Amino acid sequence: MEAMPASVSACPACVAAPAAEAVAARAKGRAGIVLTLPTAHCAACIADVERVLGRYPGVRSARVNLTRRRVSVDASPDVTADELIACLAGIGYPAHELDPGLLNVTETDRQGRDLLMRLGVAGFAMMNVMLLSVAVWSGAEAATRDLFHWISAMIALPVLAFAGQPFFASAWASLKARRLGMDVPISLALILSAAMSLYETFAHGQHAYFDAAVSLCFFLLAGRYLDFRSRAAARSAAEELAALEVPRAIRLGMDGEAVVPVAELVAGDRVRVMPGARMPVDGVVTEGASELDRSLLTGETLPVWAGAGSVVSAGEVNLTGPLTVRVTAAGQDSSLHRMASLVAVAEGARTRYTSLADRMARAYAPAVHVLALAALCFWLWQTGGDLRLSLNIAAAVLIITCPCALALAVPAVVTSASGRLFRKGLLVKNGTALERLAEVDMVVFDKTGTLTLGAPEPADLRDHSPTDLSLAAALAGASAHPLSRALAEALAVAGVRPARLSDIREVPGQGVEGVCKGGRVRLGRAQWLGAQAGDMTATWLKTDQGPARAFTFTDRLRPGAEALVADIARQGKSVAILSGDSDAPVGAIAAQLGVKDWRAGMHPAEKAAAIATLTEAGHRVLMVGDGLNDTAALAGAHVSISPASALDAARVASDIVLLGQDMQPIAAAMRIALQARRRIKQNFALSIAYNLLAVPVAFAGLATPLIAALAMSASSVTVSLNALRLK
Amino acid sequence: MDVLVYLIPVSLVLGGIGLLAFLWTLKHRQYDDPEGDGQRILSKEWDDHPRP
Repeated sequence: MEAMPASVSACPACVAAPAAEAVAARAKGRAGIVLTLPTAHCAACIADVERVLGRYPGVRSARVNLTRRRVSVDASPDVTADELIACLAGIGYPAHELDPGLLNVTETDRQGRDLLMRLGVAGFAMMNVMLLSVAVWSGAEAATRDLFHWISAMIALPVLAFAGQPFFASAWASLKARRLGMDVPISLALILSAAMSLYETFAHGQHAYFDAAVSLCFFLLAGRYLDFRSRAAARSAAEELAALEVPRAIRLGMDGEAVVPVAELVAGDRVRVMPGARMPVDGVVTEGASELDRSLLTGETLPVWAGAGSVVSAGEVNLTGPLTVRVTAAGQDSSLHRMASLVAVAEGARTRYTSLADRMARAYAPAVHVLALAALCFWLWQTGGDLRLSLNIAAAVLIITCPCALALAVPAVVTSASGRLFRKGLLVKNGTALERLAEVDMVVFDKTGTLTLGAPEPADLRDHSPTDLSLAAALAGASAHPLSRALAEALAVAGVRPARLSDIREVPGQGVEGVCKGGRVRLGRAQWLGAQAGDMTATWLKTDQGPARAFTFTDRLRPGAEALVADIARQGKSVAILSGDSDAPVGAIAAQLGVKDWRAGMHPAEKAAAIATLTEAGHRVLMVGDGLNDTAALAGAHVSISPASALDAARVASDIVLLGQDMQPIAAAMRIALQARRRIKQNFALSIAYNLLAVPVAFAGLATPLIAALAMSASSVTVSLNALRLK
Repeated sequence: MDVLVYLIPVSLVLGGIGLLAFLWTLKHRQYDDPEGDGQRILSKEWDDHPRP
């Protein structure tokens, strides 16, 4: 295997570096845009999306891939992904941009098609050889049998040499590393059975195992292909979710402003951060006034005021006014980087999980060799040195014990389960995530952005007088601050007509003010208006009459959150909330959801420590979170899920990504994971049962090619069918 | 048993044709989007003439 791309790293800077290169590469070539379409599911969706995108000016062609829930658009360079996303949102299809440079489609595609081709060749050879073998089994004699054996050999040998290469290569690699992988007995079985059959054909023998060797190869390749597909899906998920936003900053130099990569900034530089942009570095504000949204870093929903002298950290979002920041730390020293190293520590602490299949293979591979060797020795001793008979029996034992069903047992179930989850809007990034999810007995949620949408909603509009409402509507409509926008939208929905105001202006970092009938009206921060700020997120309205009035906001629950928490409780698992936000909002959400175990005001390191404590106490924790402050906890938990709206670092650190807004699929995922584990265990039991039946027969020297073919096909088919039963 | 002289080559050739057809479909990327291809049959677009 080649080295995994940098996306396994949880460090935002490492993730960003290849993204920067990819963007540079993309700028040169033709603009290919790839978008995910999590909700597309039918012919009408395909037609809608392709028609709308096809009509969009500048788009040459658009093609939906429903299997991957993606649309690739060939467009002229001036068409941006954001325009297309807005266009799709207009017809009701949420979409996210993927970075085609990171998708690395060609390599994965090439490997997949290579395996598929070998699988096809093995399949066709198997059918032909089987056809000839049926004639032998039904009683072809002497010269006819020899002829059929010869033709079988002519088909089987080149096919084995071609189709068996993946096994031979990996067996050789593991032998060189002095390990006994599962591919060693497989290769041994293929080579030994082919060689023995060839010898038997020369010697006009009765039994040739060409059909068994080829069908063994076919079934194993099928398992390998399924396994490859789920791995490729996991890898592409990790890659496609990697940073799209290339971190750049506006540096104020001697010769004016210049846009530079964040990596080039050094302490002492001055950078300008526009409203709506994310802080690229740690620093101190030198000019300007604004409010900062820290929710992704700390989980606080309340925006924080920032003016000259305020200390800011990378990752915070500037809300209202432009700020000039003197860089105190960039790159390695910044708080973002410290957070990333926290993640690295947590990942190191997560013990390397061995999957069921690996544990099985570790016990199985030596057992197969020992059995075959025992058969060889026993028959050598029994017959007084008849090497031909003994080798024949040893080959039969190898073929029958060969982990055909075992190789299909896990990939078939995992493919079927991840396919089902994908249709529900969950991307499984990690191969063992499902198994780990099945073991979970406790679910820990982050609040802001995870249980809630992270978007404020006015709570108490009815308590205000109509005059106040219309004034607020007018003032809020003039500002781009998230609270103002939420307020303006809610008032518009409620049918409030904005009052007529003059001289409206935004005071950066404070609020909006205007003049109404000669009196000054203001909407903004409590401190600005001389009011006492409370616990709840609020904006204040002040007119000439009376004290300032508060418009309080609550964070709306993510759809499905209540049902999810109830469902988890029904499954007998405990639920906890760990949030960086203050007591009041966390308590309110916890009460709304009926969660008794909640903690507020937690730092990132405390969250990670809390997860570690729970793990030490014997819990298997599922962490669901989205913020930068959750990444260490996500990496430290037994298994983790983050929504697609989460920060890149959080998504990289988690095992499963929730594509839609609704949280309900998480409960379904937990149920599917349990089912999948049960199916995997059943499949193991099935294939072991087959072995228990067939091995004694083979060991006793009674196995014929017919029995081997029957045992092998029957076990492989039952195992695959059992995997498909997954609902 | 003389018929075997014809039947065996015939079966091999038929199998070979199947294999070649499979390799052709593989080369033309017909397995990239099985779900979408299945759904596209239901779409009424391009029913009259193929996509230009």
